[in-house]
Amino acid sequence: MMKKPRGTFYLLITPVLLWLLALLVIPHLDMLYRSFRFETDDGLWVFSLNNYLAFFEDQIYWLTFVKTALYSIGVTILAFVVTFPVAFFLTKVVAKKYSSFMTLLLLIPIWIGELVTVYGWMILLRDNGVINSFLINIGLIETPIVMLFTSFSMTVGLLYISMLFMIVPMMSALDSMDDSLIEAASDLGASKWTIFRQIIIPYTTPGIVSGGIIVFMLVIGDYVAPNILGGKSSLWFTEQIYNKFLASFNWSEGAAFGFLLLLLSSSIVWVALKLSGQKLDKVGS
Amino acid sequence: MSYVLEIKNLTKKFGDFTAVDSVSFNVEDGGFFSILGGSGCGKTTLLRMISGFEEETAGELLIRGESMKGIPPERRPVNIVFQNLALFPMMNVEKNVAFGLQRQRLPKSEVQSRVNEMLERVGLVGFEKKKVTELSGGQRQRVAIARSLVLKPEILLLDEPLGALDRKLREHMKVELKVLQKEIGTTFIYITHDQSEALVMSDTVAVMNEGRFEQIDTPKSLYKNPQTSFVAGFVGESNEFQLSSYEGGELTTKNGCKLSKLDLDFKPKKLFIRPEAFILNPSADLSGIERIDMQLKAILFDGSNTKISASIKQGHEEVLISLPQNAQFEDLREGDDILVGVHRDDLKCYKD
Repeated sequence: MMKKPRGTFYLLITPVLLWLLALLVIPHLDMLYRSFRFETDDGLWVFSLNNYLAFFEDQIYWLTFVKTALYSIGVTILAFVVTFPVAFFLTKVVAKKYSSFMTLLLLIPIWIGELVTVYGWMILLRDNGVINSFLINIGLIETPIVMLFTSFSMTVGLLYISMLFMIVPMMSALDSMDDSLIEAASDLGASKWTIFRQIIIPYTTPGIVSGGIIVFMLVIGDYVAPNILGGKSSLWFTEQIYNKFLASFNWSEGAAFGFLLLLLSSSIVWVALKLSGQKLDKVGS
Repeated sequence: MSYVLEIKNLTKKFGDFTAVDSVSFNVEDGGFFSILGGSGCGKTTLLRMISGFEEETAGELLIRGESMKGIPPERRPVNIVFQNLALFPMMNVEKNVAFGLQRQRLPKSEVQSRVNEMLERVGLVGFEKKKVTELSGGQRQRVAIARSLVLKPEILLLDEPLGALDRKLREHMKVELKVLQKEIGTTFIYITHDQSEALVMSDTVAVMNEGRFEQIDTPKSLYKNPQTSFVAGFVGESNEFQLSSYEGGELTTKNGCKLSKLDLDFKPKKLFIRPEAFILNPSADLSGIERIDMQLKAILFDGSNTKISASIKQGHEEVLISLPQNAQFEDLREGDDILVGVHRDDLKCYKD
């Protein structure tokens, strides 16, 4: 019985394979091919590692990458700190009928779209924006605080667009945790802090790590928030790639940088998985 | 007599609903005390009040003479074995058992020796490093009990921990739990809806119904002398009859079967007769018994628990009668007319 419907099986899997091939494999192979092409002074295209070497030779490139990576790790940790109480509240404190509605509210920024939310933050944060006007009106400050085009505004923007991807896997991990585990720990004499550290965190680690990976990848590869909210000084690695492609029209170097971003960020994720003792298949599920 | 637990007029209300309704009882030190009741009778709420997870609406709860008012679960000298056991899945057996001791900041060597001692006691030596997810149902049970007992609580509360096990294992764990309790001498308070669990293991059983205790007694007298119709119907098997009248010492069931019961000082509404109270073919010289003509409808073979279903000729009441598995009744056949006797003392009558 299992062997017979072979034809149907291939029929069903063909669109998936075509999709993967056309939209993922071929473009990436094309990019990979380009990243090794180099135009010599004589106008000849040769196979070379020069595009990759450019990254390491010019320190602005790898410094930008290191900054981007560290910043992304920071935003990921911040996202956890900010969203964990929310996830815990929604899964363990609020009654079920309200929590699903509240979770829906959390989704609203996603419906609106990144660009619009980022512009929304500009309205809030600029010198004559909502927050500064409010603070001046109640007499707390006299001159506006510069918030826009700083690391602060960039962090807020990155957090805002990525938070939801942290909260959802964490909520499903917390949801699957039986409340009696918390009660049992409390019954055995554990304080609230011990319960958090020894029971809740270890139990939800797969959710935290999978949320963390998504947030990290989103943030490190984001272009809009660093560019608009971070201003000219943001120095995000995606801007370097953008510049290669569209400012200097050096597609080969741009492709190489793109692959470096993919490789380096993947290795950071790999190190993070090793450090947290998680396996990719477990986190992915 | 020293009581490890004294409960006075304990009440718990959830909004308008009264889950536990002014319950009072004492638990003797070192006993096996069961609370038996159907689902929703308030037994779990009562247990959660003893452990400190629910706060009482009114009443008093004393452990070793000390009021537990406002004392959180982590500081009460009681531990609980949860219905689903609530073992910590990210820790191995040893770490699960050591969890409570580590919270008391005891020296490492003492934690280790007490954990080892406990694991030996529950027969889990060699399983120290196993994940709890790799254990069988019975082993997980023992880890949960060890994890609580290692803290030497005044009372161990058990919330239907055998519910999830299969029948064979449950029978086995019943005996094991009783033996363990006698060995270590800790007071056990056991919550269950399974009357067999309560009867087999307990020194004292409290039958709970709609937030109140119907009867607190030894398993034997609970079975022999139920005080209320609820207990009579809930504990053990019983034939239940609705009564329509009681005149001149004669009971009449709704369907018209007449029996004499001479010494009642109230008007009974319900009559209970246990299947084993019936005597098949009683000899003529037995006194103090009612003799009833019946027709055998079916033989329900179930080993030592075999019964026959019979109908009383006068009034057509259906009854179940225990059938001893000896040669005496081998030749009974369906459709046979039988004479059945029942002691008047075994006719249990109730007002409601």
